[in-house]
Amino acid sequence: MTGRGMKPAILAGVAALLVCGAAGAGGTLTVGMTAGDLPTTNGNPDQGFEGYRFVGDNLYDSLVLWDLSKSDKASDIKPGLATSWHIDEGDTKRWIFELRHGVKWHDGCDFTADDVLWNMRYSADEKAPEFNTAQFAQARPYLGTYAGVEKIDDYTVAFKTKVPDSLFPYEISYVLMISPCRAKAVKYDWTQYALQPSGTGPYKFDKTVPHQRLELVPNTDYWDKARVPKQDRLVLIPMPEASTRTAALLSGEVNWIEAPSPDAIDRLKSAGMQIITNVYPHNWSYQLNFVKGPFADKRIRQAANYALNRGEMKEMLNGLMLEEYATVPPTAPYYGHPIVYKYDPDKAKALLKEAGCVPCKVTFAISTSGPGQMQPLPMNELVKSQMDAVGFDVTLDTMDWNALLKLTREGVDEHPDVNGINVSRQTQDPFNALIRHVWTGAWAPKGSNWGHFSDPEIDKTIADILGEFDTEKRLALLTKLNEQMNEAAVLIFVAHDLNPRALSPKVHGFVQAQSWFQDLTPVSVSP
Amino acid sequence: MIFYILRRILYAIPIAFGVSVVCFSLVYIAPGDPLQTVMPPDATAETIEIVKHAYGFDKPIPMQYLIWLGHVLTGNFGMSISTRRPVILEVTDALANTSLLAVFAVPLSFSIGYAMGAIAGCFPGRWLDRLVTGTAVVGVSLPNYWLGIVLVVLFAVQYALLPATGMGPSGSTNFHILEWSSAKYLVLPVFTLAMIPIGILARTTRAAVAEVRNQDFVQTLRAKGLSEWAVIRHVLKNSLPQVMAVMGLQFGYLLGGSILVETVFTWPGSGFLLSKAIINRDVPVLQGTILALSLIFVATNLVVDLLQSLVDPRIRRA
Repeated sequence: MTGRGMKPAILAGVAALLVCGAAGAGGTLTVGMTAGDLPTTNGNPDQGFEGYRFVGDNLYDSLVLWDLSKSDKASDIKPGLATSWHIDEGDTKRWIFELRHGVKWHDGCDFTADDVLWNMRYSADEKAPEFNTAQFAQARPYLGTYAGVEKIDDYTVAFKTKVPDSLFPYEISYVLMISPCRAKAVKYDWTQYALQPSGTGPYKFDKTVPHQRLELVPNTDYWDKARVPKQDRLVLIPMPEASTRTAALLSGEVNWIEAPSPDAIDRLKSAGMQIITNVYPHNWSYQLNFVKGPFADKRIRQAANYALNRGEMKEMLNGLMLEEYATVPPTAPYYGHPIVYKYDPDKAKALLKEAGCVPCKVTFAISTSGPGQMQPLPMNELVKSQMDAVGFDVTLDTMDWNALLKLTREGVDEHPDVNGINVSRQTQDPFNALIRHVWTGAWAPKGSNWGHFSDPEIDKTIADILGEFDTEKRLALLTKLNEQMNEAAVLIFVAHDLNPRALSPKVHGFVQAQSWFQDLTPVSVSP
Repeated sequence: MIFYILRRILYAIPIAFGVSVVCFSLVYIAPGDPLQTVMPPDATAETIEIVKHAYGFDKPIPMQYLIWLGHVLTGNFGMSISTRRPVILEVTDALANTSLLAVFAVPLSFSIGYAMGAIAGCFPGRWLDRLVTGTAVVGVSLPNYWLGIVLVVLFAVQYALLPATGMGPSGSTNFHILEWSSAKYLVLPVFTLAMIPIGILARTTRAAVAEVRNQDFVQTLRAKGLSEWAVIRHVLKNSLPQVMAVMGLQFGYLLGGSILVETVFTWPGSGFLLSKAIINRDVPVLQGTILALSLIFVATNLVVDLLQSLVDPRIRRA
């Protein structure tokens, strides 16, 4: 071959190498989840928000998505399968959603308004043939005000709510849409559907081994081209035991683990792993009994908050927490300027003395573990010792997560002798962040206001929020509510988790959003 | 012999029935609720009632038991609440995976444990006895959960010789025992699982052998001029029924899977399945797994009784 002939050959060879290299450049992202089992694939998944993060939000979309592209500000909602939404000017109980054109399900069918109606029957209409009890169980808590949906045209739907609900777009963001085409093809056999799920999400189902692993591949036809996954394959493995996850990452069997335990952080760092943390809408606190016992008195609630040395707690957790002084972290847009109960043991003692509660006997129901519960046993022991030091006499009633959930759902009427419950909460949207803790309309067992807090002024603020459709004005009302809640010391505020995860140095491109959900699509794994 | 077998099988029926009642009751005595984990923490009482009705949990508990028993007698163990897969499939898959561990852990632990115990029993009070007894005590005392983690840190993390978790590179459906790429996943869990039976068997065998060695017939054998090896053979044979009873229990333990070991190694066996079912209060899976494991214990004890009667005819006559 002459010199002139060799040049094109070399260039062609280099080009071929680049193409081959590019094809395999995305790598396989293998995740060790904290979940005890694989999340279900029939739409809204089980296994809490970890199920949404890795399975639900990857296979499926909702009408309204969360913007997970930034790490420096709290995530908010953005258009998803709906491009826009607005309240009906003539009816504040009617939301109009404009749907996205040109979206296809993984099975090739077109996404239209009929599919939205079908999905709402699937999740909420007990009489419909497509109704699925498990989906109802998962979706219903987010559809408290939902009253029905109607088709306006092929790409417009109208949702009706029982009462004016300005926060409805947030609630509908939790309802994932599945393909009616695939459901009909498997004759509504949901066990079969779970083995061949079809959504509109950025990933497609590839294969699974029940209980052991779920493998997803990129949906190269995804409607949002900026979110076509950059890795070649996503493998999800349930690993409930923290030490197992750590060992799996260190030995290279996975390249991403959720929630490494605080005492493993130094070892992981020394092995070159990336430890990623960020504040996110989570609180680790105590909901209190406002019906019976000491916490009906605001001074005692304030005393408990002043008693806590949260810096000591942070030290115990190897820095993996943010000191909590309100239901939401300071980056929340409606944080405002609440009263901050900094550590002040003298003030705590004085308040207890003024309230005539010395020693102040209280009982907290706590769990041994659970999603979002961080390190519940040592953390509760530390809270007990700090509260006891100022004049409380704390008894910890320890139970497993399932039993604590039952106690939580049943409410204070069933458990009058429990003075507080230690259940971590997601505070991702305004209703779940604030309203549910203090609204008289959400008294357990109807809602999450476990201790039956009630205050006419706070209820008035909530009514104003739900009826305010102007975003800026509503934000001001939400800020007011957060400040009111702190003034009333409605919780014992302790810690915001920092959502730690450890990634192999080969993992690139991840941006940790301030959210329970995360976007895995920009992630690639080098060989 | 046939009548003996039939009688033992008949005994097993009320035991299995009793086990089913106990396991059903235990699930309901424990605090918590079977539907807690299929719903978000904020599910309202109204939602819970609708879902309870759909799953049949709104019926009185004795009624639920009778319905469940009726289904079980026709081979229908129900559906898992969490996964909506048939329980029979969940249990059989998990038992098959645990059996794979047991197939290797049983001969390993039984042979080593028996050999250690026999040696120690034949030389009571000597340094060999002390060494074996000490090792056995360590084996029994080591929490296998801790041992599993230490082995993982050593062999998977530090030296990267063996995998830390899972059942094969791509799950149990692609597990090929004859290929090292799969078989190496067995090594650490099998060794960890075998440690406790080794210690227990060594101690039991030692005690049984030492006891038999003190019996009068051993003096008679020696007086008849038998060699020491021949005497030991008789001693070991006579100590066997006692050892076999413990082996039976340990066999059941290994076949039942260890919750802790399977969780550390994320081995998808019956122990791991049981732990997930307990955490999720997945009642159908819990009942199906406990019943299957109990029946395995009942069957194992039956086999051990029969084997004991073969080794020692006095048992059959009793």
